Amino acid sequence: MTPKIELRGVRKRFGPKVVLDGVDLVVDPGESLVIIGGSGTGKSVTIKSILGILRPDEGRIFVDGEEVTHITGRARDKMLLKFGMLFQGAALFDSLTVWENVAFGLIQGRGMARKPAREIAIRKLAQVGLGAEVANLSPAELSGGMQKRVGLARAIAADPQIIFFDEPTTGLDPIMADIINDLIVNTVKDVGATTLSITHDMVSARKIAHRIAMLYKGKIIWHGPVADIDKSGNPYVDQFIHGRAEGPIKMEVKA
Amino acid sequence: MNIFAPIGRAFLLLLARIGSLTMFTWQAVSSVVRPPVYGYHILQQMMRIGYNSLPVVGLTAFFTGGALALQIYLGGNRYGAEAIVPQIVVLGITRELGPVIAGLMVAGRVSAAIAAEIGTMRVTEQIDALTTLATNPVKYLVVPRLIAAVVTMPILVAIADSIGVFGGYVVSTQTLGFSGGIYLKNTVDFMKTEDVVSGLYKAATFGFIIALMGCYNGFHSRGGAQGVGAATTNAVVSSSILILAANYLLTSLLFAK
Repeated sequence: MTPKIELRGVRKRFGPKVVLDGVDLVVDPGESLVIIGGSGTGKSVTIKSILGILRPDEGRIFVDGEEVTHITGRARDKMLLKFGMLFQGAALFDSLTVWENVAFGLIQGRGMARKPAREIAIRKLAQVGLGAEVANLSPAELSGGMQKRVGLARAIAADPQIIFFDEPTTGLDPIMADIINDLIVNTVKDVGATTLSITHDMVSARKIAHRIAMLYKGKIIWHGPVADIDKSGNPYVDQFIHGRAEGPIKMEVKA
Repeated sequence: MNIFAPIGRAFLLLLARIGSLTMFTWQAVSSVVRPPVYGYHILQQMMRIGYNSLPVVGLTAFFTGGALALQIYLGGNRYGAEAIVPQIVVLGITRELGPVIAGLMVAGRVSAAIAAEIGTMRVTEQIDALTTLATNPVKYLVVPRLIAAVVTMPILVAIADSIGVFGGYVVSTQTLGFSGGIYLKNTVDFMKTEDVVSGLYKAATFGFIIALMGCYNGFHSRGGAQGVGAATTNAVVSSSILILAANYLLTSLLFAK
């Protein structure tokens, strides 16, 4: 079986700071993989490298078996049509209305007419529990949780094969976080997508993951099924999932 | 400590900046000719860059024209050449002051607004979001602003020229005792097409600089509100300096004899 996404020895540094130090990662079709790790361990850089927003210094990245490491232009746009992404701060376009945000990828990316795109947008909003009455609001008029939902609706609007979730529950209260987790689980099931999430919220990770990988100092130091996370035998993983200040992981105050 | 290290570091940083600006410019200019074309966005930006700048550009042009008339009258007085006011006003406004004043005012207004808007989009990941929605951010954000600025600046400057000359006319006829008919006749007789056209070339160039510096600084802003603030300042400062430098270059090229 061809992996949906594969990273081989991906390295990336910013100036003297090594962020990714040889990341090897495989995401199988239909799988939900969650990458856990502390702040600044390179989780976002991993996702941005796959999308081509950042270019790795070394290593290769494959999507559906095709190399996309240095892909540009039309080929890259075509590759990106497979993806949807929910950003940490939702990253909604504040100059557009809610429905225009949701339909953006359909109208701009795929050249769909506005009217059918709006209908799809309303349907996707309903899927994340938002009524048609929010469609004409501007994103600034929504609460943080609602913005996340709109971001989710935008990510799934074009029925992507692969969805990325960047810290989907960060900044939400525990109840809203659980609602978002449920929405992620359900929408992924409905759409049948492969997902890659990054988070440091273990509650969320346990809920949405089939498999968990832990990133530490630019390397994947452990990965396995979500059921095995408590018996990983890895002191780094144990410290992280229990949130202990004491342990092998030392917080670097100076980046 | 080696005293050459900081100098070298600053020099390398300067080279890196020039390199990234050159690449950004190339990306933007080469995207202009490639589809898709965002027609609605171009119109929207023309409204914001051009139409909304009319009051501020008109007022500054009016006062500049007025002050110019006064100075030429006083200066000309020293050797009995007061009558030359209309000719020098129209020459000064169309060739230099119209484009430069309009350019600087629009640089303050528009390149700051562009840098703040795009910079906020950068730090809130909206630009990355565009990419994931298979939309090229340079084409979607930069190209409409570049086209709109290059097209509207000459129109703005043409209006600024007329208002500037009118400012000189008002001051001359109301306080300096010129007859309105003679003033206008002298203005029109003296003015050549190339005076106005050279100013319009300058205007288009300044429009390009304004939009480019706004977009470039916005795109490369880092780290929250402070980063966006710095991007805005850099956009205004760099576009103003580049406008004045480009103005000198263009003057020496356009009027080379």
